[in-house]
This record gives sequence, C-alpha cells and structure tokens, in this order.
Amino acid sequence: MAKVKGYVEVNTQRCKGCNLCVVSCPADVLELQPREVNDKGYHYVYMKNPDDCIGCANCGYVCPDAVLTVYRKKIEEKEKV
Amino acid sequence: MDKNELTGAETLVYAKPRLVNDTEMHYCPGCSHGVVHHLVAEVIDELGWAEKTIGVSPVGCAVFAHKYVDIDWQQAAHGRAPAVATAIKRLNPDKMVFTYQGDGDLAAIGTAETIHAANRGENIAIIFINNAIYGMTGGQMAPTTLNQMVTTTCPEGRDPRIMGNPLKIVDMLALLDGVCLATRQSVHTAAAVKKTKRMIKLAFENAMANKGTSIVEVVSSCNAGWRMNPVDANNWMAENMLSVFPVGDLKNL
Repeated sequence: MAKVKGYVEVNTQRCKGCNLCVVSCPADVLELQPREVNDKGYHYVYMKNPDDCIGCANCGYVCPDAVLTVYRKKIEEKEKV
Repeated sequence: MDKNELTGAETLVYAKPRLVNDTEMHYCPGCSHGVVHHLVAEVIDELGWAEKTIGVSPVGCAVFAHKYVDIDWQQAAHGRAPAVATAIKRLNPDKMVFTYQGDGDLAAIGTAETIHAANRGENIAIIFINNAIYGMTGGQMAPTTLNQMVTTTCPEGRDPRIMGNPLKIVDMLALLDGVCLATRQSVHTAAAVKKTKRMIKLAFENAMANKGTSIVEVVSSCNAGWRMNPVDANNWMAENMLSVFPVGDLKNL
C-alpha cells in the first residue's frame, strides 16, 4: 500500500502568525513558534510534527498571505526501511 | 524522509499563485481578503486571461488590491465600481472585467450602482466581500451588520427597530433578470475555499460569455473589526453569520 508524505515550506518572514493554518490541519502538524518571532514580530508557523504531514494542502488554501508551499509524495511500502 | 526528497516541481501541491506578486499585503493577520485575492489570481491564471482581465478595486480595505495581483486594475470612487466596470466592459468587450467590493462599498454607498448595473445585465463579475462591518475605518456598523451585533457605532448591539435589519443584497440582486449567477460562499475552511474558487471561475466565464451579471458573495471575517483573534472570528462567523447569510447558490443560469 502506498503511503503519502507531505512537506510544508514556510516563508517565515511573510507569516503573520494568524494561526488559521494550524487549526485547518487534520494531522496536527503545524504550530506557531512559542518563542521565536520574525522581523515583523509575529510568531511564525513551523512544522511541529513533520512526520505526520500528508500534504493535503489545507493549510495552504486557508493561508491569507500565501506563506506556505506544500509538497506531497507517494511512497511505496517496500521502500520503507 | 528529509526535505530534499519531498520537495520538487513534481511533488508540488500548493504554492503562492503566480499572479500574486511579492508585495506584502497590508491586511490584518487572518483577514479573508488575502484568501480571496489568491483565488482571483489563481482563477485568472488557470483561465489564461492575465492579459485580458481588468479588475476594478473599491474603496475599503481592498483599495490596494492593485498592489498584490499582477493584472490591470482601475480604482473606483466609493461604491462606483459597477458603474466604472460597466464603462470598461462596454468599451472593451473582449476584456474580462470584474469588480472586487466590500459590503460598505457595494451594499451601502454603492447600492444604486450595484442594482442598476445588475438590472442592465452588464457582462461583468462582482466579487462581494461581506464581513458585516466597515473594516478599514475602524469597525462601524454596515448595512450587513447582524442584529444585536456590537460595533463601534452601535455599542449596545444593532437594534433593528432603529437601525433596520441586515441587508441581504445578493438575495435582492438574484431577483433581477440581468443577473445570471448569484451565489454566496465563504472561505473559512479549505473545502469552502475550493467551492468559492469554482464559483469565481464560473462568474469570470459568464462575464466573458456575455451571459449577464454574476455576483459571488464571500461571507468573510474581520477579526480586527470584530475585536477577536482570527480563529475565533472564523468560528464566530460560521456560528452567527452563516445562519443569516446561508451559503449556497441563489441563482445559477
């Protein structure tokens, strides 16, 4: 059975920390930085649980600032180590 | 799996729309305007109409729409976007002309222009952002403000006996013969965003097919004007606004 892996690339300087992507994620992958801020002073989003990402791109669709670039790749089980 | 194995052109699912430039939007964090701007840019790019689209931006928060989406724009006086779009479309029938307006612009000062443009069946598309408030000027009551909703100019809540009821202008426009598409959507979830994108695409296609006026209302949140954080504002919108402004097609010919 094929498994799907995703990756979310964050444009940290453009992020305004609105949190909409975090609540839209069905796999609980994203979180706002608890301490770090970008140059504008916003707690930008990062991948807290990158292994759980399924690349559904829900975060990308709801992001008002097009901060996120989403990738998705199918991985065959036999490739797993 | 590390980043390098997953990223690449063949695995790309979502990226910033090509027609959205690198200017940072002035909108507050979590504003629905940004999402709708991206949808407009994506749809125009998918249709391949970047060179033949003219947008008319309103007065309101979206007044600077021309700074973010890389197409031709004209900025109109407050509420007059449908009148300006009428002229542009009549003089350039081979162009796709759309307006992008808020509720203070379309449903208050521009009511006459909106209704008459729709009644004439001008071949334009109207994107109507309804956030129930005047966002740019600091959260005053708009015609679409919900009953009992608190704003800076009705601090004890909107009283319909004094201030009237929320104006359902798209329901009114749907009655006009010149209108071919009147639909109400939202952008608070990924599924709603995809549905809104389909309706914006249909509206733009209608405008080019000379079918009449198409109106896409997007029920939106204004977290700064509502004095909420973005997530709470979206939840409040889903709980309160969607019962007064239910999502769905009012007319689709």
